[in-house]
Amino acid sequence: MLDANTVRVLYIDLGRREWRVDERPELARYLGGVGVAAKLFTEGLVPDAEASAPEQPVVLGIGPLTTVFPLATKTAAVFRSPLTGEWGESYAGMRLAMALRFAGYDAVYLTGRAQRPVYLVVDRDGVSFKDARGLWGLDCEETGRCLREWEQGRGFRSIVRIGPAGERGVAFAGVNVDTVRHFGRLGLGAVMGAKNLKAMVVHGEKSIPIPDRRAYRAVYEEIHARAVDTEVMEKYHGLGTAGNVLSLNAMGALPTRNLRENRFEGAERISGEAFAQKTLIRKLACPGCPVGCIHVGLYRRSFAEGHEYESITLAYDYELIYALGSFLGLSEPGDVYALIEAVEALGLDAISSGVVLGWATEALEKGLIHTADLGAELRFGDLDGYLAALHGLVEQPTPLYAVLARGLHRATAELGGRDFACLLGNNEMAGYHTGYAFILGQTVGARHSHLCNAGYALDQEPGLGEDPEGVVDRLIAEEEWRNVLNSLGVCLFARNIYDPPTVVRTLNALGVPAGAEDLAQLGAEIFDLKLAAKKRMGFDLSHVTVPRRYFETSTLQGTLREDVLGDLLSRYRARIAARA
Amino acid sequence: MPKVLTVKHMARCIACYSCMLACARAVYGDYSPSHSAVQIRTRGGLQSKLAADVCIGCRDAPCAAACQAGALLPRPGGGVRFVRNKCSGCGACVEACVVRAIRLDTDGRAIVCIQCGTCTRFCPHDVLVMEESAADA
Ligand code: SF4
Ligand code: SF4
Ligand code: SF4
Repeated sequence: MLDANTVRVLYIDLGRREWRVDERPELARYLGGVGVAAKLFTEGLVPDAEASAPEQPVVLGIGPLTTVFPLATKTAAVFRSPLTGEWGESYAGMRLAMALRFAGYDAVYLTGRAQRPVYLVVDRDGVSFKDARGLWGLDCEETGRCLREWEQGRGFRSIVRIGPAGERGVAFAGVNVDTVRHFGRLGLGAVMGAKNLKAMVVHGEKSIPIPDRRAYRAVYEEIHARAVDTEVMEKYHGLGTAGNVLSLNAMGALPTRNLRENRFEGAERISGEAFAQKTLIRKLACPGCPVGCIHVGLYRRSFAEGHEYESITLAYDYELIYALGSFLGLSEPGDVYALIEAVEALGLDAISSGVVLGWATEALEKGLIHTADLGAELRFGDLDGYLAALHGLVEQPTPLYAVLARGLHRATAELGGRDFACLLGNNEMAGYHTGYAFILGQTVGARHSHLCNAGYALDQEPGLGEDPEGVVDRLIAEEEWRNVLNSLGVCLFARNIYDPPTVVRTLNALGVPAGAEDLAQLGAEIFDLKLAAKKRMGFDLSHVTVPRRYFETSTLQGTLREDVLGDLLSRYRARIAARA
Repeated sequence: MPKVLTVKHMARCIACYSCMLACARAVYGDYSPSHSAVQIRTRGGLQSKLAADVCIGCRDAPCAAACQAGALLPRPGGGVRFVRNKCSGCGACVEACVVRAIRLDTDGRAIVCIQCGTCTRFCPHDVLVMEESAADA
């Protein structure tokens, strides 16, 4: 889509071991990223077949701005989620988007199931199907190491792989991208596993001459200057997202011990400040991002008496510290790192893993499940049980683990205990117990992520609480605009840089004739496209329920009331109904 | 004396490729960071240290001496000037470069540093700077 007139789609059929490239000029109006991916996905979606069925498509998409403008670093993935059974959407950074751009593809459409484990090598000449039987069973780290050594393209390639969690169909398995980034949430790893697709190496270093150097350089330089010189991005290169630990704790919005509490007495010790001072060794960036928000820390532990240490480096972020820290009552950075290490190696989504284990801890206390079925004792604040249980979720030595591996929505349907399951829209919650807008936002957002519409930010705006229609308006407007940013390929951390006038100028500098109104329209169209696809997959907003727990534990806005949330939900539903 | 490109603080590099994108954009008119005279490399995966493959600005540049087409000319202060339309793509400079910092692009022409300093303006951490070469200091 750097060529303004067309979208180049790489179609890959894993079952037939075939590929082809199609030009799809009629998709150019979707720009790229999630717009194009959503459209392609809905073309191939099979509503009657489950998420793991071979015929379900997985679509990756990059945008017109990818790599050619600062902070345009994300690849969108659209798929059917094995966790919720409906809309699956996820974003990964690092080198994948750049590699796709310079291999010459705007989107990749994957379907079918390989007869035996395979990995794909994608480059400008097309696709090679390679035997992955030797990689099957390996963790994400070792898989990456092998492929780095086996395949070419150092510096201009991306290595995308799943771990044992994806191979075994854990419904919240993630996908590792270049060691430090992921397609998290909603189980893309399990979908790849069901396709017998262990990994994908994408290599791109093709030349793309700049048609209008002068116009392009002017806009590029201005955006670059805003990214490095102003305070717009301070939050991300300073402490990074981990800075949220203390601010959310101070607000009374840090989910703690399965959200029985909203403040954590160990917050200081696992704060972004503590992680930085004690463990941060470097930062990394996705290509084309001068900010470098990826915080890499050193995890050092003693393995024997007499100064015997082993150490590894791991990337940390707020979401990991919340889900594998406060949510489980763990207050030692070393304990959090131990769980991050396991989650990374196994290829699990960190948020869902933490939230499932938090629920299991309470379920054990309440006698709903039993230690014998877990093979481990789970107690808030106790690392060993959690470490064992993470492996249990993947290896599934007992029937209970097999049930938990399907995620809390399905597990609680079988085991009960939904009242204290921290689910929203059937997805495990993100770490913001800020109030109504967060709960509503994650519940109604197309992919049930806090990032769909940023309700947690609305909760922090004074006065909005008295204006329910305003909350609904803002959530919808934000989700529509994010659809645009996600079609451009821009990192959401740069959302304050890429305001509508700036976006228009970047597109025009590339020769894409779009105005602010076209963009607004596109955002709304993608919003409706997703809603229609969700409906085909059986999602109905009038059936959603919000677990009791959210009304028991106080938030930034105090204790929430079910009737107030119910009112917000029905206003939101009315607004959606009016669109149709 | 004119300054030359210097790798000053390699350990501060975040692998953002801003330098490569700048060189490709400004010097080679290409979007692709593969078309940059400076190349940031890992030494084995993203958990390893980073390195920069870049022209060190030789006096009496061996690459210029090797170029029979007259495309590479010694530059005062070190390094070379590059006259692209004279480049025949023979690859003699690639062989001659003492630090293997020259490559050929997809059209078979040299990608070589011209000591313009553009990349340093985009490096957020002063990894790359323009300095007088140590010999002059
Ligand atoms: S390109 Fe290589 S040989 Fe030529 S001046 Fe630079 S470092 Fe020296
Ligand atoms: S000094 Fe100029 S030519 Fe050399 S690497 Fe930097 S941008 Fe490229
Ligand atoms: S611009 Fe600086 S920090 Fe970024 S890759 Fe180049 S040398 Fe490293």
